[in-house]
Amino acid sequence: MDSNPSDGTLSSAGAAVSVPPTAKILISGGFGVGKTTLVGAISEIRPLRTEEPMSDRSVGVDDTRGVGAKTTTTVAMDFGRISFTSGLVLYLFGTPGQERFWFMWDDLAVGAVGAVVLADTRRIADCFASIDYFERSGMPFIVAVNCFDGAQRFEPEDIRIALSLGPEVPIVLCDARNRDSVKKVLVSLVRYVMSTGSRASRVSIA
Amino acid sequence: MTSHDGYQDRWFDREAGPVVRPYALTKGRTLPSGGAEFGLIDVVIATSGRPPEHFRPGPEHRRILSLCRRPIPVVDLTSEIDLPLGVVRVLLGDLTSEGMLRVLSTQKQPVTDQRLLRMVLDGLESL
Repeated sequence: MDSNPSDGTLSSAGAAVSVPPTAKILISGGFGVGKTTLVGAISEIRPLRTEEPMSDRSVGVDDTRGVGAKTTTTVAMDFGRISFTSGLVLYLFGTPGQERFWFMWDDLAVGAVGAVVLADTRRIADCFASIDYFERSGMPFIVAVNCFDGAQRFEPEDIRIALSLGPEVPIVLCDARNRDSVKKVLVSLVRYVMSTGSRASRVSIA
Repeated sequence: MTSHDGYQDRWFDREAGPVVRPYALTKGRTLPSGGAEFGLIDVVIATSGRPPEHFRPGPEHRRILSLCRRPIPVVDLTSEIDLPLGVVRVLLGDLTSEGMLRVLSTQKQPVTDQRLLRMVLDGLESL
């Protein structure tokens, strides 16, 4: 038997292992608002297989009595991955837009830096569910208004009123297809999170 | 699939997709043993530990171990191995409780570490 000190023997080679720092940001908003487009504009897209519980209706049809409560079927989703020269890896997870995927949000949200709620002014109500979720869970978020071609432009303050957002929540206009624009959105979020770090201060950085 | 059971006319073929249900790989278990939790961006690594007498790593356990020779985040591992996340978590739990795998870093709380936030900010601004 090798001696086995309580810690420090992490690698098979016995050498010190540098653990890559990881962080994640959630990209949220209604179905079809451009979440995948935004993630793809700035990061490498990778596939992920996950599960969804079968709905009550399908459980009834398939009659899984006696099989156990956790009956699932697998679904595919994507995530974004950005490696920085510092060794940090940043992950972007789009929150699933449909109602049946709500169960996944907590899993995605654990330990996240914060969230971007992507909004489309033509269907502004579509992002209410996301905003509710992040307000309830206390996760810092900003609102990014995806300015599609031909979409009517609104002033951020009008959007703030429409979404009943507090004065501290930053609202930025963006083009989800444009790398620089997406970069600015993410930078705004991280700056906002840093400013709310002390929790006592409710500083608006808009 | 082999046909040791003697049936000649199978109603499925390759196009039917995998015949083994994902959770057959975990012997029906849907949660990792020992109450272990593996966050999406938690980083894991294989230890040099040999499997204990009572534990026979399956092919999927071995695939995971080979991908974990270097530190790897759970989400990258899952993407790489192309198994559902829940299945990977159960298999990771097996390996952890048998001392063949360790969690190197985990992030369960909201991020308040200003140093990490600064790294994210600097990284994004350098893009």
